[in-house]
Amino acid sequence: MPGTLAAQSIPDTGPAGGLGRDPLLRVEAITVRFGALQALSAVSVDVHRGEIVAIIGPNGAGKTTLLNVISGFYHPQQGRIVYEGKDRTHLKPFDVAALGIARTFQNVALFKGMTVLDNIMTGRLLKMRGHFLLDALYWGPAKRQELEHRAAAERVIDFLEIQAIRKTPAGRLPYGLQKRVELARALAAEPQLLLLDEPMAGMNVEEKEDMSRFILDVHDEFGTTIVLIEHDMSVVMDISDRVVALDYGRKIADGSPDAVRKDQVVIDAYLGVAHD
Amino acid sequence: MEPSPETLPQFLLAQAERWGDRRAAIREKEFGIWQAYTWRQYADHVQRFALGLASLGFHRGDKIAVIGDNRPQLYWTMVAAQALGGAPVPVYQDSIAAEMHYVIDHSESRMVVCEDQEQVDKILEMKDKLPAVETVVYDDPKGMRHYDYPFLVGLDRVQELGAEFAARNPGYWDAEVAKGKASDLAIINYTSGTTGFPKGVMISHGALISTARNFLEAEPLDEHDEIMAYLPMAWIGDSFFSLAVIFLSGCTINCPEDASTVRHDFREIGPTMTFAPPRIWENILSQAQVRIEDANWLQRRLTKFFLPLGMRKAKLELEGKPVSAGLRASCRLGRGLVFGPLRDQLGFRRIRAAITGGAALGPEMMQFFRAIGVNLKQLYGATECCAPATLHRDGQVKLETVGPPIPGVEIKLSERGEVLIRTEGLFSGYYKNPEQSAVALKDGWFHTGDAGLFDPDGQLVIIDRVKDVSTLHDGTVFAPQYIENKLKFSVYIKEAVAVGNERPYVAAMVNIDMDVLGNWAERRGIGYSGYTDLAQNPATYDLIHEEVRRTNDTLASSQRVKRFAILHKELDPDDAEITRTRKLRRGFINERYAPIIAALYDPKASRVAVKATVTYEDGRTSETERQVRIMDVEGA
Repeated sequence: MPGTLAAQSIPDTGPAGGLGRDPLLRVEAITVRFGALQALSAVSVDVHRGEIVAIIGPNGAGKTTLLNVISGFYHPQQGRIVYEGKDRTHLKPFDVAALGIARTFQNVALFKGMTVLDNIMTGRLLKMRGHFLLDALYWGPAKRQELEHRAAAERVIDFLEIQAIRKTPAGRLPYGLQKRVELARALAAEPQLLLLDEPMAGMNVEEKEDMSRFILDVHDEFGTTIVLIEHDMSVVMDISDRVVALDYGRKIADGSPDAVRKDQVVIDAYLGVAHD
Repeated sequence: MEPSPETLPQFLLAQAERWGDRRAAIREKEFGIWQAYTWRQYADHVQRFALGLASLGFHRGDKIAVIGDNRPQLYWTMVAAQALGGAPVPVYQDSIAAEMHYVIDHSESRMVVCEDQEQVDKILEMKDKLPAVETVVYDDPKGMRHYDYPFLVGLDRVQELGAEFAARNPGYWDAEVAKGKASDLAIINYTSGTTGFPKGVMISHGALISTARNFLEAEPLDEHDEIMAYLPMAWIGDSFFSLAVIFLSGCTINCPEDASTVRHDFREIGPTMTFAPPRIWENILSQAQVRIEDANWLQRRLTKFFLPLGMRKAKLELEGKPVSAGLRASCRLGRGLVFGPLRDQLGFRRIRAAITGGAALGPEMMQFFRAIGVNLKQLYGATECCAPATLHRDGQVKLETVGPPIPGVEIKLSERGEVLIRTEGLFSGYYKNPEQSAVALKDGWFHTGDAGLFDPDGQLVIIDRVKDVSTLHDGTVFAPQYIENKLKFSVYIKEAVAVGNERPYVAAMVNIDMDVLGNWAERRGIGYSGYTDLAQNPATYDLIHEEVRRTNDTLASSQRVKRFAILHKELDPDDAEITRTRKLRRGFINERYAPIIAALYDPKASRVAVKATVTYEDGRTSETERQVRIMDVEGA
């Protein structure tokens, strides 16, 4: 019975229902420089509750940098990040995670020697309240807590249909499944905002379809707001409510998938135009 | 004094009365844990489902199609329909749309119960062409949050409706269950059949119950026994064991978490009795072989030493020959060192009776399992007699036979050698098909269509389908299935088709077993891109040639396979080449592979180009052209 993953009190706003209100996440004119390299220049993006936003752009456009700024890996030299109406520009990654933002990585970042279940349990770490002695004895509240978290992890396993690999070390899984396990770990944190960095990279068509279905299911079931980076345009068109296009660290388009696809600037960025 | 139960729901209530909450009736692994439902809970769920269905307009005599994996909820729905005097129609959940449509439409099901979105989507797609279907019920709501169809109802809602209905109609439940008679229709099982459209086998409560009673006399089970529900629900074997047998014996049925976790869940439960077709025993054996190869040096050495001894002992016992004291002693040692641990690894630690049925099982398979201490026995039967008709008894298991009839079952042979069965457990006819019913049921005898004979001990031997027994040019009679079974006894050969009717000699087309050969190729560093590529690899041909040659040694010279080809694709039920229970559909195969068959009889042909049409699950087709090699078999 895949009901609620947990008590997620997200206001009932449909995919585009929150557009009129304050955005969940507001990225305001951020600029990130690595030495002389301008990775992002004054990029602003609003993400509303319940939206699926795709970030597209050629290689080196700054997509992953943008995700890294949101999740606190990088701090912008200029601009600010507002999450739920509060300035969150200078938070560390674990603070960001505690706010309910979870992510997956472009190159799978699982604990390869740990089982799938243990990997997913790490997604619950921020929700655990440890007590050195009780945990060591596995007694009383410690035991109750462990069972609660295990149950939450199991609901995610059920949801993503990975029962068969529950006890398999993550490193032994094929790539497509590792990606799914990474998504599972992110979901275990019961995020409000889910950041997915190329969730379908390197997958075959069938795996992509599965993954797209899971992303839509997550969105449907838990109302999770999702920001994803994706190269496959057909996937982007199918699942996102809004598309943001980056090129050379600048935002060149922001709108409905259809509008962005027809945008001449975006087409030029992808196909390349002569810079004379 | 209560009247004695006549229907499955009445038996369920008797068990609920007897065991209440003290024993588990059904377990399901969910969220990584075995969740148990007691007999009382089982009965309560059935009651709520039944009243819910009643409030949705399900009446006596109605049919309800059931599609999904083995889930308690689906079993509850089946019994709920029976409690109201209706009949469930379980459908193969992996069947293609056209087949699914045929069964639901032909059975005039007014409701369809689906396990999840996958099945609901299939029904939604064909809903326009299913005029009789009024309600679609689903269990798992995942992914269907935004589905807005007036006829779509969740099982949770059905239970709520049931509670409301109960409040409005007190006494309805008791009255409906009490109305049930032994002669009522209990279930319609569609058999895929090796020719034409599936036939709906109508089975009454009385038939199921008397067959279960007969079976339990031959193979007693009680409330301490554990069995596993993992065979397709649409197969009579599942309805028989997962409903009739547990209701009569009070044993517990266990539903695996997912199709992909069956073996693991099986080991966790450690069933005391299990029933599986040969395909599954073959899988388990190849799994065991892989494990032995992957084990450490000492374990491997021990296994390689003791296993042949165990198999020799098993062979002697199967042939009824004496076993020397020395061999007995070393096998006792092997039991502790090798057989016991291996049995435990495979989930057979507690197994008392392991039953195979549905097709022939190879002698090596039989010897292997009996060597490690799994009491593997053969069962023979048909959907038309609720599954079992014969069964090996302990201590009298023989390789070639399927055992003597179970109590309450009479078997005789017609002049043509066809196996005829008479028992209280026979079906009541094919649904809406009186012509076929009249052919199959004559004077109370069911005509199986199987050719058989009795051995001196009164055990039945099945040779082939009567209509498939063929003759060569020179008038030699041969049974294709007999030869195919011998070929399939090789772990490398998954399917085989023997041909030769009105031809000079016997030839064969085979499918390689991809799991086993894939492993074999990996070990030898043979690269391949997929099934077709590996099938046509010269090394594969050499390997299969050796297997065919070995098979020929066990056949009379006129029956030997002279030439063979490895098919470029696997025989697939979606392509109508085999049934879902993996029986060959010879008509289709002869038509589709006519060029290969022609080449098998053309002495000049060493290769043949074939066009293959592949049908995908959504009904699309595509064409490819392949070269298939023909090989002569030495010494044949």
